Amino acid sequence: MELALSALPEGTAGVVEGIGRGGELRARLLDLGFTPGARVECLFAAPSGDPRAYLVRGSVIALRGGDAASITVRREAEAWD
Amino acid sequence: MGLTRLSVGKNAAGGDVSVGTADVTAALAGNPNVGKSTVFNGLTGLHQHTGNWSGKTVVTAAGTYKYKGKTYRLVDIPGAYSLRAGSAEEEAARDFIALGGADLVIAVADAGALERNLNLTLQILEVTPNVILAVNLLDEAERRGVRVDTKALSEALGIPVVGMAARRGRGLEDLRRETAAFQKRPYAYTVRYDPAIEREVNELELRLENILDGRLNPRFAALKLLEDDKGLLDAAAEKLGFDMREHPDIEPLLSESRRRLAEAGVDRLTDRLIERVYRCAGEICAQCVSGPAGYDRRQLRLDRLLTRRLTGIPVMLLLMALIFFLTLKGANGPSDWLYALFERLGDAMSRGLRALGAPAALHDALVLGVWRVLSYVVSVMLPPMAIFFPLFTLLEDLGYLPRVAFDLDHSFKKAGACGKQCLTMAMGLGCNAAGVVGCRIIDSKRERLIATVTNALMPCNGRFPILLSLITVFMVGAGGWGRSLLAAGVLTLFIVAGVAATLLLSRLLSRTLLKGESSSPTLELPPFRAPKVGEVLVRSLLDRTLFVLGRAAAVAAPAGLLIWLCANVTVGGQSVLHLVTGFLDPVGRFLGMDGVILTAFLLGLPANETVIPILIMAYTASGTFTGGAGLEDLRVMLAQNGWTLTTAVCTCLFTVMHWPCTTTLLTVKKETGSVKWTVLAALLPTALGAVLCAIVAALGRVVG
Repeated sequence: MELALSALPEGTAGVVEGIGRGGELRARLLDLGFTPGARVECLFAAPSGDPRAYLVRGSVIALRGGDAASITVRREAEAWD
Repeated sequence: MGLTRLSVGKNAAGGDVSVGTADVTAALAGNPNVGKSTVFNGLTGLHQHTGNWSGKTVVTAAGTYKYKGKTYRLVDIPGAYSLRAGSAEEEAARDFIALGGADLVIAVADAGALERNLNLTLQILEVTPNVILAVNLLDEAERRGVRVDTKALSEALGIPVVGMAARRGRGLEDLRRETAAFQKRPYAYTVRYDPAIEREVNELELRLENILDGRLNPRFAALKLLEDDKGLLDAAAEKLGFDMREHPDIEPLLSESRRRLAEAGVDRLTDRLIERVYRCAGEICAQCVSGPAGYDRRQLRLDRLLTRRLTGIPVMLLLMALIFFLTLKGANGPSDWLYALFERLGDAMSRGLRALGAPAALHDALVLGVWRVLSYVVSVMLPPMAIFFPLFTLLEDLGYLPRVAFDLDHSFKKAGACGKQCLTMAMGLGCNAAGVVGCRIIDSKRERLIATVTNALMPCNGRFPILLSLITVFMVGAGGWGRSLLAAGVLTLFIVAGVAATLLLSRLLSRTLLKGESSSPTLELPPFRAPKVGEVLVRSLLDRTLFVLGRAAAVAAPAGLLIWLCANVTVGGQSVLHLVTGFLDPVGRFLGMDGVILTAFLLGLPANETVIPILIMAYTASGTFTGGAGLEDLRVMLAQNGWTLTTAVCTCLFTVMHWPCTTTLLTVKKETGSVKWTVLAALLPTALGAVLCAIVAALGRVVG
């Protein structure tokens, strides 16, 4: 199942399908390793629930909800179905 | 708190780092927070300040070292994730690597996140094959069970690879040796793209080779031309003296290439290049790195404690209060002791001067002017700083500050600003000028301006002692554990007030002068690192405490003389100081203070360290005070001059919220290049402070 990274439950992981946004943020996200095929795990959230911290390619990157929403992921568990 | 000896030291070159006379010049590049500065310090013996967060190095620093008779010049460039510049730091990094003319690049990489680090290394290899890869933080990675096969990595990349744990000194000698033995090489690992892209790159590259004549790598130039990377192409045009895009041999070729790529269905070229580089990095890592890939569970537990809804903010406030408590409690004794010592020395000096038959005016100017101010500055500032700085540095080294930025990001987002502003505010707690320079870590220009203009709302270490002494003597009184605890709580409240004021002004600016939505910050949260306590102690004592104290003393001594003169030169029967304070008295009273306090703040403009000494001097000159300037004496003297609790609260509020010192203002001018923003940086905090003080004063009049 495909879903926005912002909707990925805390403690679960997914695989990046693509980034649905252009511009500077897109380039930055790609540079940080959110490229198609990369595994992303949602680790924890800030006190207000936003931003959330994601593990990608060995480092932890915090993204705000609106920005994480532009990344589409496939839930990892479903990759095995 | 990036103010160190290095930023002004004689061995350091800030900003302008042209290649000097060294035998070999090496650029130190890497992702943010991979220990570049640690490697830099390890090799050069300099003390560039390091901390566990991204973007600590915002100014390019250079240093030299000797090895086997040759001089090596090392340029520490700001951290970058990529050579496609997104921020000012990445731009600086890119321009230096591509156009800086270094003989070789030492790419420092984090062994724990090698794949992402190789993304940058592979991009650097597109600029030059003259690269040494330093895989740093091996110890941390090993602790998590991650192994990096540096030999295999070296074979895969075709460049020397050195394994390092620079914080422990491991690998530094290897790096020195490899740098000394380095031979320029014709080629190294090169990322190959889709055939359709490669064809165009090769064609442009061939043509560019003659045109560029070794001044810029033709393959790299070809890629950037195809990508139309304006920033780099502009920088290259400046350096080369012509614009490649407009070169008669290139322009037609380039548009033809672009057309063919479009025909072949290659859109979003930059995406494809980045993806391909990551794929190559992934393949290399698969061969050379083994071990668990997940996040360390113990780290995760700590992270969750520090960021949970119920614990995140309370833990932050408790930590802050704890640091203040230890500072207040620990500083009391040494402060009194130092003051007594200075008083004895002052007496000796006084006797000496009298014995030498010095004129009374000279005696008074030196003893009551220079010496008294100096002794206050040293005895009141040194002990708290010697405790506060190491404690703060410990937290910083641990990696706590980015968690604070993470926790508070939502509040800053609502204010139309960026959570990274917290990092610049933390720097501001040390020195506002450093905090203002630190604002470069914020990518969005609008949000950077907000952070710059509001930085002064964090009381720097020049203003901290004002809060410390006034809270101690006026609101809670010195002594017992309970009182120190209370004082720490009150101090925390004032800092929280500063944070709230920052958010308020940020919000106001976002709604008015700097209209706009909050941008999309990406904040890296580094793994927690156990701080090296001994090193932290030595470094923060030598690099920060003594440096800041030295600066304070250098300003305080002449200021003491000046104030003494003002207090003793009379015009029409009244001292100059008295005339000024009298003039400002109505305004001061309205703000819950008095003319003397306002005068002290005004005269403290060059350095806030001098505010309390000026107060003491001014009150002393008016003749109602005969004692020393120890904390109890201070209380008695202030009370004699009509201070109430309202006065103390207003003075503390105004300390947090008024114009920053001249150094900070000059830095704002330099960073923003605008008089308007510099004026606002002084005006806005002052206006807010004045309004709050007036309200407190009015309330005080009603109650008291």
